Amino acid sequence: MPKIVYDGSNDPRTFKDVIGSTIISLLDNDPDVIYVDADLMSTIGTYKYHQEHPDRAINVGVSEANMMGVAGGLAAAGFKPIAHTFGPFASRRSYDQVFLSAGYAHNDITVIGTDPGVCAAFNGGTHMPFEDVALYRAIPTATIFDVTDTVMLEDILRQAVNLPGVKYIRVGRKSAAKVYDTGSRFQVGQAVKLRDGKDISIISAGIMVHEALQAAETLAKEGIEADVLDMFTIKPLDESALLESAHKTRAVLAAENHSKNGGLYAAVCETLSRELPTRANFVAVDDEYGEVGPQDYLQERYGLTADAIVARARELVNNKK
Amino acid sequence: MTADIKQLEAFATRIRIGSLEAIKARGFGHVGGSLSIADTLAVLYGAVMRIDPQNPRWPERDKLVCSKGHAGPAIYATLGLKGFFPYEEIKTLNQPGTNFPSHCDRLKTPGVDMTTGSLGQGTSLAAGMALGDRLRGRDSRMFLIVGDGELNEGQPWESFMFMSAQKLDNITVLIDWNKKQLDGYVSDINDPHDFKKKFEAFGFHTQQVNGNSVGEVYHAVMAADEVRGMPRAIVLDTIKGAGVKEVEDTFSNHSMAAAAEVFDGWINSLTNKLSPLEGEVSHA
Repeated sequence: MPKIVYDGSNDPRTFKDVIGSTIISLLDNDPDVIYVDADLMSTIGTYKYHQEHPDRAINVGVSEANMMGVAGGLAAAGFKPIAHTFGPFASRRSYDQVFLSAGYAHNDITVIGTDPGVCAAFNGGTHMPFEDVALYRAIPTATIFDVTDTVMLEDILRQAVNLPGVKYIRVGRKSAAKVYDTGSRFQVGQAVKLRDGKDISIISAGIMVHEALQAAETLAKEGIEADVLDMFTIKPLDESALLESAHKTRAVLAAENHSKNGGLYAAVCETLSRELPTRANFVAVDDEYGEVGPQDYLQERYGLTADAIVARARELVNNKK
Repeated sequence: MTADIKQLEAFATRIRIGSLEAIKARGFGHVGGSLSIADTLAVLYGAVMRIDPQNPRWPERDKLVCSKGHAGPAIYATLGLKGFFPYEEIKTLNQPGTNFPSHCDRLKTPGVDMTTGSLGQGTSLAAGMALGDRLRGRDSRMFLIVGDGELNEGQPWESFMFMSAQKLDNITVLIDWNKKQLDGYVSDINDPHDFKKKFEAFGFHTQQVNGNSVGEVYHAVMAADEVRGMPRAIVLDTIKGAGVKEVEDTFSNHSMAAAAEVFDGWINSLTNKLSPLEGEVSHA
């Protein structure tokens, strides 16, 4: 079980450093692992390794569709490829290639899409995928992770390379709040219960886990006890954890750094409507495109904040009465 | 290695017959592009590639990716004739539950080395497979067949840059320049200009030959095989529908539907060509 050490403070390590060091460690320790990138090695600190090991860390240049095909071909040759680029290029731009050359053809690859949603910040709307999870959810048997902190990232990436099918890991590059103790191990497809409450279920993932925990503190002061889940595996969704929580609270709020269309909120609602009809709402990006700005501005702009969670949670709880 | 040209011509003719027999069973399919590539498949599977029909996943084998995946019928006929599976099975083409879909599927058909069909994608897959073989220390060769219409896509050119940058000299790209795509002539729709110059500019060793001459294709493939330090390309000057006059003369011959008797007529015309080619064999 992951040990929770959350106190609201920032992780001393950046995701960028841990993405790079974990990829390199996997390459050094497993000759079957191979890494391909589309001219973004320097953004995760792997370029130097590529210069020293050009046959282990392969730069295909700015050609993401080609990269997914090359990764698929390497899988067919017996490797366990990791492919990295920014989230929009790992999803929208190369979708047909991931879907067919990897998924349909059973060439198992791990895709890392960095700077999902508002984490794209100063790269702006062109680089800001609010729909990457929706796209990957539509790939049969794909496994999707929205990563919370660097401890989780390390463990998930190590596990992902050995899982069958298409694996998609969305993760920022800056540091985030530290939630889990060093050495924590995670079960793929099993949500982590971060806080126990009876009044509302807050199902969160990625950077929204920190916002959810902050919101839960505020709500507690108002006498609303929130059940907080870290649903870091978005597919397959941990339906039993969701239903157990919803059964108890009868009100569900999904919080994600993604569009309300097709992501965590959608997955939660699909399960609830089928198994346990429950009033639910979202703290997610409404039907909108991205824009440029600092991440904190963008979180305010798109309503991805602890305050937004508190407000929606209050509504949901009041509607129960 | 030398090849018996007459034998390869007979093999190509049998591939054409098999393609038509497979398509006939459904009554429609990708006739033109299956016939144009038959001679190349005969050369590769008849005289060049290191394969073991009893062990289709043998890692050390030579591999073929038919990125123009709609030439499935020609691939299936070739593999059936080589004994990868009972030949008669190709006649289940596109029937429910078949192992012989319109477009090549490595999970279904023994001997198909990669799944293709969404045009352009086979190129990057072939590049990754060839790179993987090199990194594994295998001396396997990769033969990548692309269509001329397919090269309207952008992805192949990304992959060609990559093959060249990686000096993948275990790859030979075979461009089926049959001049036509679904809607008409490639030169009218999105003129590719000169494929040979394009591939030269991309850093390939490049040849251009009559792609419907097994002799010319064989010699070009063998010459390409000697090239080191760069990927190889062979522009195959072909006729869409090659080998069946009526198909060659049909403007829209990418996908064709015809009555069983019409297919039989085409098949008979090809069968008639077989006896002079296989005469010595049948007299032996």
